[in-house]
Order: sequence, then structure tokens, then C-alpha cells
Amino acid sequence: MKIGVVTFPGTLDDRDAARAVRYAGGEAVALWHDDADLKSVDAVILPGGFSYGDYLRCGAISRFSPVMEPLIAAANAGMPLLGICNGFQVLAEAHLLPGALTRNQHLHFLCLDQKISIENNATAWTNSFSTGQEIVIPLKNGEGSYQCDDETLKMLEGEGRIIARYVGENPNGSRNLIAGITNERGNIVGLMPHPEHAIDELTGPTADGLGFFTSVISAMASGGIK
Amino acid sequence: MSLDTVAKAAANPDSPQPFAELGLKPDEYARIKEILGRRPTSSELAMYSVMWSEHCSYKSSKVHLKQFGEKAVKTDALLVGIGENAGVVDVGQGYAVTFKIESHNHPSFIEPYQGAATGVGGIVRDILTMGARPIAVMDPLRFGPADAPDTRRVLPGVIAGVGGYGNCLGLPNIGGEVVFDETYLGNPLVNALCVGVMKHSDIKLAKAAGAGNLVVLYGAKTGGDGIGGVSVLASETFESKGPAKRPAVQVGDPFVEKVLIECSLEIFAEDLVVGIQDLGGAGLSCATSELASGGSGGMKVQLDKVPLRDPSLSPEEILMSESQERMCAIVEPSKIDRFLEICKKWDVTSTVIGEVTDGTHLEITFNGELIVDVPPRTVAHDGPVYNRPLAKPEYIERVAGEVINPPLPSTAEEIKKTILTLASTPNLADKSWVTDQYDRYVQGNTIQAQPDDSGMVRIDEKTHLGVAVATDANANWSYLNPYEGAKLALAEAARNIATAGATPLAVTNCLNFGSPEDPGVMWQFAESVRGLADGCLEMGLPVTGGNVSFYNQTGSVAILPTPVIGVLGVIEDVRKRTPMSFNEAGLELFLLGETDENLSGSEWAYLHGMRGGVAPTADLAREMRLIDLLVTANKSQLFQAAHDLSQGGLTSTIVEMVLRYGVGATLTIDNPGVALVSETPGRVLVAIKGADVSTLESLATSHSIALSKIGVTGGDALVVNGAMISLSELRIAHTETFKKLFG
Repeated sequence: MKIGVVTFPGTLDDRDAARAVRYAGGEAVALWHDDADLKSVDAVILPGGFSYGDYLRCGAISRFSPVMEPLIAAANAGMPLLGICNGFQVLAEAHLLPGALTRNQHLHFLCLDQKISIENNATAWTNSFSTGQEIVIPLKNGEGSYQCDDETLKMLEGEGRIIARYVGENPNGSRNLIAGITNERGNIVGLMPHPEHAIDELTGPTADGLGFFTSVISAMASGGIK
Repeated sequence: MSLDTVAKAAANPDSPQPFAELGLKPDEYARIKEILGRRPTSSELAMYSVMWSEHCSYKSSKVHLKQFGEKAVKTDALLVGIGENAGVVDVGQGYAVTFKIESHNHPSFIEPYQGAATGVGGIVRDILTMGARPIAVMDPLRFGPADAPDTRRVLPGVIAGVGGYGNCLGLPNIGGEVVFDETYLGNPLVNALCVGVMKHSDIKLAKAAGAGNLVVLYGAKTGGDGIGGVSVLASETFESKGPAKRPAVQVGDPFVEKVLIECSLEIFAEDLVVGIQDLGGAGLSCATSELASGGSGGMKVQLDKVPLRDPSLSPEEILMSESQERMCAIVEPSKIDRFLEICKKWDVTSTVIGEVTDGTHLEITFNGELIVDVPPRTVAHDGPVYNRPLAKPEYIERVAGEVINPPLPSTAEEIKKTILTLASTPNLADKSWVTDQYDRYVQGNTIQAQPDDSGMVRIDEKTHLGVAVATDANANWSYLNPYEGAKLALAEAARNIATAGATPLAVTNCLNFGSPEDPGVMWQFAESVRGLADGCLEMGLPVTGGNVSFYNQTGSVAILPTPVIGVLGVIEDVRKRTPMSFNEAGLELFLLGETDENLSGSEWAYLHGMRGGVAPTADLAREMRLIDLLVTANKSQLFQAAHDLSQGGLTSTIVEMVLRYGVGATLTIDNPGVALVSETPGRVLVAIKGADVSTLESLATSHSIALSKIGVTGGDALVVNGAMISLSELRIAHTETFKKLFG
């Protein structure tokens, strides 16, 4: 199973995401933002970081990188695509997912071990979990407050497209404690916290994050997202 | 304004020049004229003024710092020593690690966010310049009183700046210090440490060798920021009046630096550079003169080729600018195309600005006119050396006679109050408000970060080899006795590495002091350096480099002498580190080391307004036995947990341990008043299984380290001689302080 990890200028967690793919049993393939070639991968991760220094808005410039054109087409055709943190911001800027990520309510960058509950385990990236399962993975960002209009929120809630919520105190002011969402089809997932930093207890708070990566491998093994 | 050329300087030898405004003394200016045999051009004057500043030339400290070389231990572990951008240490398995700490104190007071941010940026470039991938940062910080209005201006800005820059670079922040004291009110200390890793064969040096090789400037364009940063800011005391010095503070862009790091590492991987230097303090003046004097001395630079953000900059300003995120490389002509290609891939501006010659002079032209023609060593290395007068300050004897006898707790109620007071005082309270603004996870190799004794990162995923780093200073002890204070800080940093099981390998330092023109301050400095050099010799640890920050002084009030000591150690298998706390009940708690009644310099004495007394005497032989015990015990996985005792003594240590995993403890201790607040050095609290007691006893005996059982783990409270504090109450006391102070 080949999973591409895109590096934009300013991407930070690309090597971490590649390691997580390897830990889950997949083959990580480096993709370069300036190269419109997906190198025959089966799925793609847009990792965290500060691509283009968060200039203009987080993800706003990366969204126009050459690699995004084939990526958007492939994702619209059903290829699993996970955006973590800055990757989620890119997905929102590319309108692959609704809403926007704005400055944390308290205005600080925040790095903590965050409890989240998995709300939808029917996506390509969450099928290893059970619904309602609570896990702890790092949350680290300055602009992680998920915002959208009331109609969108109603749609996301109604269609079960909120895949993870923060448990306990709202860490950043996200609407309805949203930590991650998916598209209608369930192949594209945006997640603000970082599962790639929780793949073993040696370097992370838990190994809970590994489930996102084993999920996509089993989703693809069983024929992908229909 | 017309260009001041070498020809004009020779023709008009007596034109008055603003050397004093640039921070040069009359005799220093006379020396420059003597070297050149004429007056300097305005560009040469600019170069000498920044390079001969206290910050760059170490002119007041040099005579003392040479002890680090003279008293150096002979060790094969040191691959690159003092003098390069950072020292390099062999950590085994073909890996070399480089680490260094630097100050950015003055800019951080004026402009906290940018000052702190560019402090991180500068030290990271130093590490990168050695050929290493930066893998972690740490930040020892010191501020005025926590509740002072100006601390609320400075601290949040500094924290945001450290985080804003380091987070965006993708460097985990794995530790540091946050200390409050009134002497830092007008002079906060912002020190930044960076660790980098490389293979032995990848070490790079700052030298411009090989006539015909090209001088390439790459990275950000040059702007008007930071002009005179080292001479104007870092080498002067702050006066309460006078113009704001904000234009002398650099402005950083971490995104540009992140791209510069990746671009440089790709360039290094293809072996495309002969020599390399980053542009930090003194900018191009420093980079060109240091590179040239690292080689045979000959270099020609066309200054008009330097890409500018502000086209109106004069040649003098271009030479002095401290614009961030720039590097200067020496590249063979056959490799320049590939070099420029990699820069293009990363969208990094790169420009050939000159070439190495077989001459002995650094020659700089501007639009074809020769404006600098100097022997580069005279700029970079032959600056003035001062043997400044030093005198033991009168306060030393006075405070030594003071009786330090703060009230000690004895009843259960008093014990409880003492623990809650120490747990919540700003110097000892939980620092999550600070460290939660730093990314500690990025790169996926962080094994330990705050509140552990040391930061630890894995450097090889297959073999699990790792390095640990700790920084420590105890300014209260250094104030009472700078010689012992430096040794004690060294011992504490080394111990903080060893509690996890790592073996101390090398030392770096950041020596923060008041004005060297004050003989008392100079004495504190000299004593600190002597103590550190003696301590390192005795402990067998090489000093790999460091930084001196003088003029941390407002009017006549100097900061406490604050030598921050960083120790780096190696651990064979990070999976086997000893954790700083326990997460199971029924373990036995033992104290290693003896506790004495001297409370001088302790947090408890400070809380009672007592600053005086006599500092403890460092017993480094015992410290080394303790370190060996800790490392030996780690190898056999004897300890379930080990945590150093330092500021706040046993109280602070046990509070941090029980709150870490929410497992309580019950302590029964003799003489609880002293035992809870004493900060006697050389002590560690360990948790072991009951079955291992005899092993620990024989280990303590063989190492001649005192051992006493003081309690057991378990429950949801901390109980000390019958005084009970629930963990929830203790947690609130420990964690609310920063939230209340800083929001």
C-alpha cells in the first residue's frame, strides 16, 4: 500500500507522517508540492506545518501548488486523502471540506495531549476505531478553531460528517467541539490534532493515533471507498 | 552622500569620523589607524566597530575564557572545539552532535517577540552552519518579578516569540527554565540553546579556502533591520532616558529560515560547499572577515551584488545589517550550478558576491570602487583585549555574615502550608502555561521534555541512541559565591542528565552578567569562569563553546551573576531511560545524598526576604559518584523513577512527582522543617520496587552516597508526616499560578 506524503515549503510533520505510515505497515512515498505527479500512490496525506509561513491565510497559498491539481481530481474520484492540521487548512482552502480554521479563541499557540472522541468510524481514515471511542493524541496549532455557518454545521451534524470531537474543555473555540470532519463520501478527512505524533508511547502520549493509518490501509485492502 | 573609498581615506587622513557613535573608544580607533596605516574608510570603520564590539570580540572576557582551553580535559569525544560556530561531540555510532547556547537579552527587553524569535533563529543557524540538522531547542528565561507590570509586557511576548519562531521551524522545544527575580526587571535574560545532529563526515567549518572559489550569499535579502545590533544594543547598558532603540532589533521570518535549513541540508548532502558561515551578529562584516581569516585571508567581494530589501541602504549599512535568515557559502566553481539549482528548488535567493583570492586582504568594492581593504584577521580575531580591573564586591563579606533562619514548619498545618506555598510560588509553579505554547512533538523523536529533569531526543530510530540536554543556573548561589555557584550549576545540569540514565559528555555555557566596566561585576565573571573551568576539569567534561552577555544592567543595578550551564549527555537506548516519576503504588521512595541545614540561597529563604548567607561548597567528587550510581542503576533498570532535588528542595521534587501521573505518596521524614525546604546540592529522589532495596543499598555503599528511606508511593494525596494534601488541591496550587498571572 503506497501512501503519499506531500511536502510544501514550510511543511514540518512530513517525516512524522511518513513514519506513521511505515509503523502502520504501509509504504510512504514523498510527494513534492511543485511536482504534479502523484507517483501512483493509493492514498495521500497533507501533513502539518506552516506551509508558506501561513502567509495570507493558513493553507491559502499551498492550495495552489501544482501537486494539488491531480490530488483534487483523485480525491474527488474517491482516493483517500487526510489533511492533518495545516493539511486540514489546505483542504478547507481547496474547498474539499467545508468551513475554515481560524485563530484559537485564546490567541495562543497550544500544544497539549488532547482527548478526542471518534464520532464516525465509517470513513477511510477512522474504520479501525469504534464509534464513541475516546483517544488521546497531541493537539498543536495556533489556528485550529473550526468555524462554519449554521447551515453547514447543521449539515455536518445531520450527515454524521463530524468524525472527531474534543472531549472536555473546548481547547480552541471550535464550533460544536469539532476536531475533524469528512466529505460526503468519507474518503477525505481533515483533522486538527496530530495522530502521527501518537504512534508509540515512547515519543507520543499514546499509540492511539496509529489507528488513522491502519484504517486507510484496511480500507484500501478491502477495495477502497465506494 | 558620496562614497568613502580607500583612495579617499588615504588622501584625506584627517577627516573626522564618528567612531564614538559607533561604540569605539579613542584608543581602539587609533589602533585601527595603526593597523591600516591610514584612517579607515567609513565602511571599514563600520566593520571594525561591530566586530570589535564586546558582543563579537569578547574583549573583556577573552583573558578569562582562555581557561576553558588551558584547563581542558583531553577527550577524544570532542571533534570540534571552541572557536567555531559551535562545538561538536562524538556520541558514537558515527554520529556527531553539536550544541550551543546564546543570549538575546537586550533585544528581548526592547521588543520581546522579535528579540526572542531572532534569538532562536540565530542559534539554530549556528548549529546548521556546522553541517548538522537542528533537532531540538531549549530556552532558559529569566524575568523580573512575576507580578510586575513590565513582566506582563515582556514575558508573554518572549514566550510567543520563542514559540512562534521555533514552532514554525519544526524544532521541538524540550526544556529550559523560567525564573523570576527583581534584578531581571529591566534586563530579562533570553537564552536559546539548539542541538543538532550529523554524521562525522558531514562536519562543516567556516573557512574560505582555495583561490578562485566563489563566495555565495543565500537566503533572505538584506534590509535595514538590526543595524548596529551588537555594538549599540548588546554592548551598552540601558539608560532610562534616550531614544528608543527598536531599529537595532532584527525582525525574523521563521518560514524563510525553515526553507533555508532544508535547502542547506540538501546542499550539504551533495557536498557542495568548502566552507560556510551564517550571518548573525555583525552580519556580512562578520561572515566575510571570519570566512576569509579561516582561509588564507584573501577574498574579493562586490557589495553592490548583495540583494537588498531596501535599495537605499548605504554600503556601511549593508555591511552592518543583521537581517536574519542569511548564509554565506564558499563554493567551487564546478559545483556552483548545482548549488544554485538547489536554491532555486527551495525558492531561496542566492547570489555570487565574490571570490576567494590567493592574497591576504579582504577587498570589498561597491560599484567598482574599493571601499574596504583590510587584513581580515585584524577585523575578526585581533580585536582589543582588555584586562579589566576586578575587585571583590563589598557585599560578599557582608551577606556572608547574615544569619539565614527563615521560619520552619513543624506542625501538620505548617507543613501543609509550606508545601502549598512552594508548589505555587512562581519560580516553582507548573510552567505548562509557557511550555504549552511550544511544540514538543514535531520530528517525532522527543523522549523527554518539560517538566522532566532534562530534554531527551532520539537520534537513531533503529538503534535507539539518544541525547539528553539540561540547562541550569542558580543565580542565588552565584550571587553569594560566584566560584561555587558556577560549579554547582554545572553539577546540577550534569545530574539532571544522569537521573534519566544518560552519561554527561560535554558542556556549553551562556554567561549573563552586568557591566564589565564595574570591577565588582568583572570579579563575579572571573570567579564564575574560574569555577566553571575548574569544575569541568574535575568532572572530565570539555567546554565546547559558549556565549558571554555583559551589560545586563540598568543604571547601577546589575543582574544577579547568571552563568547558565548546558550539559549534553548520551544514552544508548532511549527506551530504557529512567522516568522522572512513578505511575504505580507500593514503590519505595529513597533519598540519595545528605541534607544539611544551610538554607542560604534557597527559594524558602528568598520567600522570606533573605538573600544572604554562605553558598554550599560543590563536592564534585561526590557528584560524580552520584552520577555514576544513577547511570549504573539505569543500565540494570533498577529505578522506577528518579528526580533531581534543586530549587525548592524535596518539596518541589515530590510535588512534581506525585502530580506527573497522579499517583500520591506518603513520606515520613526526620526534621521535616529543614528536610522539606533545604536545597543541599547532590541529591536525588528515587522510587524502587521493594525487592530491589538491598541492591540499592549495596550500590549506595559502593558509591559512598548516603541513602535514606523516606516513604512509599500510592493513594490520591501527598502525605508528609501526617499532613495530608489531596492531589487535586495540590494540582490547583501548582498549576493556577501562571494562569492567574498571565491569563
